[in-house]
Amino acid sequence: MIYLHLFLAFLKIGAVSFGGGYGMISLVRETVVSNGWLTDTQMMDFIAVSESTPGPIAVNMATFVGFSQGGVLGAILATLGVIMPAFLIMLLIASVMKTFMKRKGVNAFLEGVRPGVVALIMSTAVTMGLSTLFGVGGELYVNILGLAIIAVVATVSVLYKKYRKKKISPILLIALSAVIALCVNLIIHG
Amino acid sequence: MSKGKTVLTLFLTFLKIGAFTFGGGYAMIALLEEEFVGRRKWLTHEEFLDIIAIGESTPGPLAINSATFIGYRQAGFFGSLCSTLGVVIPSVIIITVISLFFDRFMQFRYVQYAFEGIRACVVYLIFSAGLRMFKGLKKKPITYFIFGVVAALFISFYIFGIGFSSVICILACGCVGLFVYALASLKKPVLADNTGESENETRPRDTEFPQREGGAGK
Repeated sequence: MIYLHLFLAFLKIGAVSFGGGYGMISLVRETVVSNGWLTDTQMMDFIAVSESTPGPIAVNMATFVGFSQGGVLGAILATLGVIMPAFLIMLLIASVMKTFMKRKGVNAFLEGVRPGVVALIMSTAVTMGLSTLFGVGGELYVNILGLAIIAVVATVSVLYKKYRKKKISPILLIALSAVIALCVNLIIHG
Repeated sequence: MSKGKTVLTLFLTFLKIGAFTFGGGYAMIALLEEEFVGRRKWLTHEEFLDIIAIGESTPGPLAINSATFIGYRQAGFFGSLCSTLGVVIPSVIIITVISLFFDRFMQFRYVQYAFEGIRACVVYLIFSAGLRMFKGLKKKPITYFIFGVVAALFISFYIFGIGFSSVICILACGCVGLFVYALASLKKPVLADNTGESENETRPRDTEFPQREGGAGK
């Protein structure tokens, strides 16, 4: 039963994903690829889409995966699954356990979780890079365009931060890399 | 303001926030602050920072965490329910509409060309988000240890094509955190002169319930 499967899969993701939307990416990727719901490439395309549309990335991803597997009902169930743990936990904290977060044990657990989550996020980026830029996991190649785009995007965002004193919007970076890739490909392939 | 009206205000405010924040939870923080600390004065600046800290350290999207918390504080259970639904509804509608056309959209040649660049950009975006979070971590040996082990395991498992469970990994990291804490609190009374270890740094603020938490951590 796909509906139940979607709901439970995203319930699990919602319950253990610390560190916001990016913390969720490695989990969602693992779940959708192992279930054969999406390929790695579709997953990356959709991360770009959820970066460019409003709303929390986690909710966007749950809706997208849910819709692709089970239509509107699938989208709603996956979304409910992903938000339910956060909702219930916060309700509990807000109502009875205001001092919960100050418990030493909770704090110690989270001190261990935080670096793990950051490692998962960065490793996800590294493995995604290995697969799109060098074809690791299939036939090996070097994606020169991709490497060049990363170099441009990194330079632009560092310069932007230096001169404008704030973080550049991811949407701008996505748009920039789309334009570069489109132009280069049009010149090469026509 | 009557309770019904508060609930309605919460719903509409979070609907607006859900519809206009691009770039996930962190982008939302600025909007939430402007709305609830600045305009409506429902929260003080300290309370707001506490909500973010709690939201950061509990699982789930930050947007949901803060909507639930603020909603509950202002109008109880229905407040939290309506705030959470409000923040989620725009995403669900927008993404469902996009999903309807996504496959057809991706088949255009120009779109495929553009997405070749976008994929590289996504790698950069995720990596730099990780890097920002890395800089915010506590600078302790155990932090680097957990980070190094998890990253090495994840990447080598990927290269050799072995399945990896992030869930088990996250729980294991939490247990390592508890274990280190338990060790630190057990060691404290016995080896008072043991220097150069990571747990020494945590000593001053960990003096409250060392025995009990040490027992709970095993």
